[in-house]
Amino acid sequence: MKLRFSRKQLCIPYAVFLICFVIIPMLIIVYYAFTTPVYDSLGNVTGLHFSFRNFLDLFQKNTDGEYVRLANIGRSILIALATTTVCLLIAYPVAYILAKTGIKKNYILLLLFIMPMWINFVLRINALKELLNLIGILKKNNFWNYFNTVLGMTYDFLPFMIMPIYTTLIKIDNSYLEAARDLGASPQRAFLQVTLPLSYPGIVSGITMVFLPSMTNYVVSTMLTDGKVSIVGSLIEQNFLNGQWNTGSMLALILLIVMFVSTWLTGGFKKDDAAVARGGTL
Amino acid sequence: MIKKVFKWIFLILVLLFIYAPILLLVIYSFNETDMIGQWGDFSFEHYLYLFESEKLMKTVGQTILLAAIVATLSTVLGTCGAIGIFYSKPKSSALLSGVSQIPVINAEIVTALSLAVLVSAVGFLNKNSYVPLVCGLMVLCTPFVVLSVIPKLKQMDNNLYEAALDLGASPTQALFKVVLPQIMPGILSGFMLSITLTLDDYVITAYTKPTSFDTISTYLYSLNKGGATARIKAAFWAVTAIIFLIIVIVVIVMNVMDRKKKVSQ
Repeated sequence: MKLRFSRKQLCIPYAVFLICFVIIPMLIIVYYAFTTPVYDSLGNVTGLHFSFRNFLDLFQKNTDGEYVRLANIGRSILIALATTTVCLLIAYPVAYILAKTGIKKNYILLLLFIMPMWINFVLRINALKELLNLIGILKKNNFWNYFNTVLGMTYDFLPFMIMPIYTTLIKIDNSYLEAARDLGASPQRAFLQVTLPLSYPGIVSGITMVFLPSMTNYVVSTMLTDGKVSIVGSLIEQNFLNGQWNTGSMLALILLIVMFVSTWLTGGFKKDDAAVARGGTL
Repeated sequence: MIKKVFKWIFLILVLLFIYAPILLLVIYSFNETDMIGQWGDFSFEHYLYLFESEKLMKTVGQTILLAAIVATLSTVLGTCGAIGIFYSKPKSSALLSGVSQIPVINAEIVTALSLAVLVSAVGFLNKNSYVPLVCGLMVLCTPFVVLSVIPKLKQMDNNLYEAALDLGASPTQALFKVVLPQIMPGILSGFMLSITLTLDDYVITAYTKPTSFDTISTYLYSLNKGGATARIKAAFWAVTAIIFLIIVIVVIVMNVMDRKKKVSQ
């Protein structure tokens, strides 16, 4: 028994690390989200006191009577929904074709689809920006700004959707499909009732990997629209740059809750897929 | 037949979407012009500028060094963590891997802000010490190392470890001579993953780095905000082209090696 103990002990440094840099920072976020700074007469912060102000601030209107922050969150969700849908619509057929046709060449083909992921994403978005500029749709008007934001997010996150779907599709036993066909199902029906349901875990992983990042990756929207399209990530960046920890923490807390709820709703996606999505198993 | 053509057209269109921006920059990196859309003569001017610019070369060097340090530390910590988690009691194992999963699915900006908040709240953590930067990137990478190593531990035959002990190896010896070689592929892919994650990162780096320190991501992003000279921007076309070339070479080499291994087996 003594021997086993020595292997278990190896997780102690990691546990300490996680407590210091994951758990404690999250607790501070929660604490900051429900407090506001107290200033002395010189404007220095002397302490924090409990309040719901950061939460109520979300419902604040600007001078034009618009709910700026609520609108921002709504806009981020819409952009994320659009990006996830577009990614899914492109990634599923790609993964399906790669998984179902031929055998040998596909590995290289798959690599072709995810190779760009290994180029730094700021460089990639910069490249996309130059291309959009050349075509003449960069910062043209509101419509193109939103279009380019979703395009940029799709460009950035597409491999995250392709990889998990591909790995689930390739694992599906072909005899299920043959059985369905033998029992008289049309190819369409066999796809809808056999392949598609069996690939749900991959789809769920893909959605998890794409939705939250496309709600928050402000680098894409800032670079492609000069900040004309502002998302939750942009708000947090402003708070960070101005040292407004409390307002920023409330937004981060909301994103944390979104993350936990979506993980809970999807029944916790297959964790390994996170590494798969980043090309970790190749 | 028509179906097949359709499939290929679709794949090619998606590939075009993926590669068009990169290839545009690669082509223009060999052109003397500073403006995309304006066509000049073939030249290595942007490459020369890149290699002669001290700031740019320093940024590239720092980025690579940072990635190497973070990946090494994350791989050691993550491998130990994975072995520990795998052999712990179910309850503590589930708790640890649950917490370890948080940075993986969390929005990166939340991780970044939580680290920045930690630095602001804990007096002795100083951004200029590089500790927040390295630890912040390790938060991002280590869970991926754990995720890469655990499947290999599951595949491993546990009797091998016991056999080593029965034959007189100490637990440490058994760990290094039996367990580690078995899970090496997982460790390596965790290391590679950490390298790519660190090279790719913007948000965590930006929130935890010392003010004067820049990686390729943060430097390029800051150029986008301020009015950068066209020359520096054009030098980044060369950076893109070089990185793209390196990745293509690495992928080809790995494929060739993989095929040779399969043939020799």
